[in-house]
Amino acid sequence: MADDKKPAGQALQEQLGQLTDQVQGSQAWSSIFRPGSIFRKGYNDSPRNRSYVIMNSVLYHLHPVKVKRHAVKVSYTLCLGGLSFFLFILLTVTGIFLMFFYRPTAAQAWDDIQTLQTAVGFGLLVRNMHRWTAHLMVLTVFLHMARVFYHGAYKPPREFNWVIGVMLLQFTLLLSFTGYLLPWDQLALWAVTVGTNMMGFTPVFGEQVRFVLLGGVEIGTDTLLRWYTLHVLMLPFVVVIFMAIHFWRVRKDGGISGPL
Amino acid sequence: MTEIPEHLRKRAEAAKAKAQGTTDAPAGDASPAGGAPAGDEKIPSHLLDRGIAAADQPGTVAGGPAPPAGSSGPDGHNQRLLTVVKSGSIQDTKATPQDKVHVWPHLLLAEFLAALAITLFSLLFSIFVNAPLLELADFNKTPNPSKAPWYFLGLQELLTMFHPMVAGVTIPGIGLFVLVMAPYIDKNPSKRPEDRKFAISLMTVHLMFWSVLVMIGSFFRGPGFNFIFPWNSGLFFEL
Ligand code: HEM
Repeated sequence: MADDKKPAGQALQEQLGQLTDQVQGSQAWSSIFRPGSIFRKGYNDSPRNRSYVIMNSVLYHLHPVKVKRHAVKVSYTLCLGGLSFFLFILLTVTGIFLMFFYRPTAAQAWDDIQTLQTAVGFGLLVRNMHRWTAHLMVLTVFLHMARVFYHGAYKPPREFNWVIGVMLLQFTLLLSFTGYLLPWDQLALWAVTVGTNMMGFTPVFGEQVRFVLLGGVEIGTDTLLRWYTLHVLMLPFVVVIFMAIHFWRVRKDGGISGPL
Repeated sequence: MTEIPEHLRKRAEAAKAKAQGTTDAPAGDASPAGGAPAGDEKIPSHLLDRGIAAADQPGTVAGGPAPPAGSSGPDGHNQRLLTVVKSGSIQDTKATPQDKVHVWPHLLLAEFLAALAITLFSLLFSIFVNAPLLELADFNKTPNPSKAPWYFLGLQELLTMFHPMVAGVTIPGIGLFVLVMAPYIDKNPSKRPEDRKFAISLMTVHLMFWSVLVMIGSFFRGPGFNFIFPWNSGLFFEL
């Protein structure tokens, strides 16, 4: 018995090995993974392979191969910029889920949310996550700004990245605010009423600003459609572009700012 | 051979002539490689020599055959100096080597752990705390108090004190403008906290100003947006 088993196990191992070689030698595999990718040649820990992990993957768009030793200290950035970005990704994922069940009309919106919470698997959980991470993101972006300021990280050559950052802060607030209306409950309606009344005080064309924002003189189903489009399409699109510029500048300005 | 712009060609010729001490450089044959950088004082002389030596060789004129094996420059090099890109012009590079670490695993691992932690946190929080969903929107039933989302409550708070133009436009407008312009207003090159007492104080006051207003608006305003103490009158706050 024992004699029988061992060859069988070995045979299996050999077959697996052959299969791996076949897959990794196939054109499909080598078309997916670039020469030098760790998925072609395997990974064992060496400085060269550590570089390849970044250099031969899409991560190279986000990170250089090496950074200043000081830059990886969590106590410096407190991860706040990275967390803002990650929360944005979480919000995108949960938001897409919500879009499957939501119609932006005054007649349907509230019912859809109600149904989502009571009759859709994980509906309540995903809605909760979308809402709480949205609030959290406003907070992390705000704190990120504070940490950048206290480090003096907006000083040359990073002045312009600070300007981009302030834009991102405003877009984050707008994203949150446009989302606020969508459940179409009393909270949504009146919070947005208060908010847009404030915008109506813009000098000279206050009335026009309010009209454009609301898609009419009063909040209504047109406002809902308008804010929905802003919330799920336009603002995320703009934010992604600004984030791309933001991250690119972090890198071009010589990585994150040095020790104090 | 591609056309060399007139002014570059002239400059190259002049430089080459200067370097060789002659004036017989034939037009059209000028190699920008050998001569162009000659006018620049900052280029190390050994590089210059190499470039000039290379340009002198007949074989290295653009389009010509590769130089014979024996004809190498002063240090045994047979490359030509094409151009010198000064560091600092395109990217913020450091002249002295810096202490660097690999992004993988040092940075990616930290990022991964942070992402995991915040995912877990929001998952757990969302399991235990439900997002609010009040009754269907009703235009005829104004809730009392009506509050904006929390991050706008500072503005709403200002509205109780000032004319709407001032509270809703002038103050936040100036605040935002100063914030955007901060790097251009603050000319102090130092990043050390002890050198930036004024900037730090100003920002702290600014942040505190909004934080305190938001807190008051969130927790200390009840029906009619009147001042209350939450421990007496309860919370009038929804997220
Ligand atoms: C959606 C919002 C934002 C995202 C996702 C984001 C992301 C990031 C990330 C990942 C970094 C790298 C260093 C770090 O993690 O701290 C960074 C750096 C930076 N951010 Fe942001 N950021 C956002 C908003 C802002 C805001 C509101 C400001 C300022 C008003 C700002 C200004 C800066 C500056 C100046 C740096 C360079 C910091 C340094 O070199 O130390 N960013 N940002």
